[in-house]
Amino acid sequence: MTTHSIKWFWYASPQTFFPLAGKIARLCAVLAGLFLVSGLYVGFFVAPTDATQGEAYRIIFIHVPAAWMSMFLYVVMAFWAAAGLALNTRLSAMMARALAPTGALFTFIALWTGAFWGKPTWGTWWVWDARLTSELILLFLYFGFMALQASIDDRRRADRAGAVLALVGVVNIPIIYYSVQWWNTLHQGASVSLTRAPSMAMTMFAGMILMTFAFWMYSIAVALTRVRCLIAEEER
Amino acid sequence: MREFFAMGGYALYVWGSYAVTFALLAIEVVLLLKRKRETQT
Repeated sequence: MTTHSIKWFWYASPQTFFPLAGKIARLCAVLAGLFLVSGLYVGFFVAPTDATQGEAYRIIFIHVPAAWMSMFLYVVMAFWAAAGLALNTRLSAMMARALAPTGALFTFIALWTGAFWGKPTWGTWWVWDARLTSELILLFLYFGFMALQASIDDRRRADRAGAVLALVGVVNIPIIYYSVQWWNTLHQGASVSLTRAPSMAMTMFAGMILMTFAFWMYSIAVALTRVRCLIAEEER
Repeated sequence: MREFFAMGGYALYVWGSYAVTFALLAIEVVLLLKRKRETQT
């Protein structure tokens, strides 16, 4: 009897992963564009004006997806960093390094759009409350990871040090997520959860989900393109 | 059309968010494609 087992570790080698990453990146770039156009269309032309916030609420279509991506990308980055630490696979560590700049970018976007949303609704660009502060710490964790990686010349040592930092920083992710419940904060609670129906109009929710997929596909396309650059730069 | 861009008086906040977001994403893509070209030469 012949067994057709999937070669899981075939793509663990940078050289075999390189062309596959290119294919996935191109596909995700196209999908990101489609989701972006449909998300912006639903967000600006289908979703109704909010009863209490007027048009200002339309910032939600980038603010919430960017904030979700900032946390999600950190967890993915920490996962690959941990895999690199445990299995000593170069590609895992490269994936962690490829994700960090995009994660930092989405963290900054979440903070920036939050400020532009806070000004008209709360009357201030910034407050030192739990949600905002923990998200700012996330940005510094990304910066710290990148700075640490860049400051150590020996590649393997840099990856190990970065992995430790990334793993310690994971503790911040539940703090960000539950900050609105644990502390008395200006930031509103979650409007969307897995256990109940979203507390917003269906079209608003659809716009948010489409934009989340757009940012998700964008992140995959960019991270895989960056990992291809890392492979090309370091493996020859 | 003018009404759409006015965003009910919130134009600065809405467009300020969207403009900076897409500018940053565009910069990341441009820098990355430049880096990709440099690795291929």
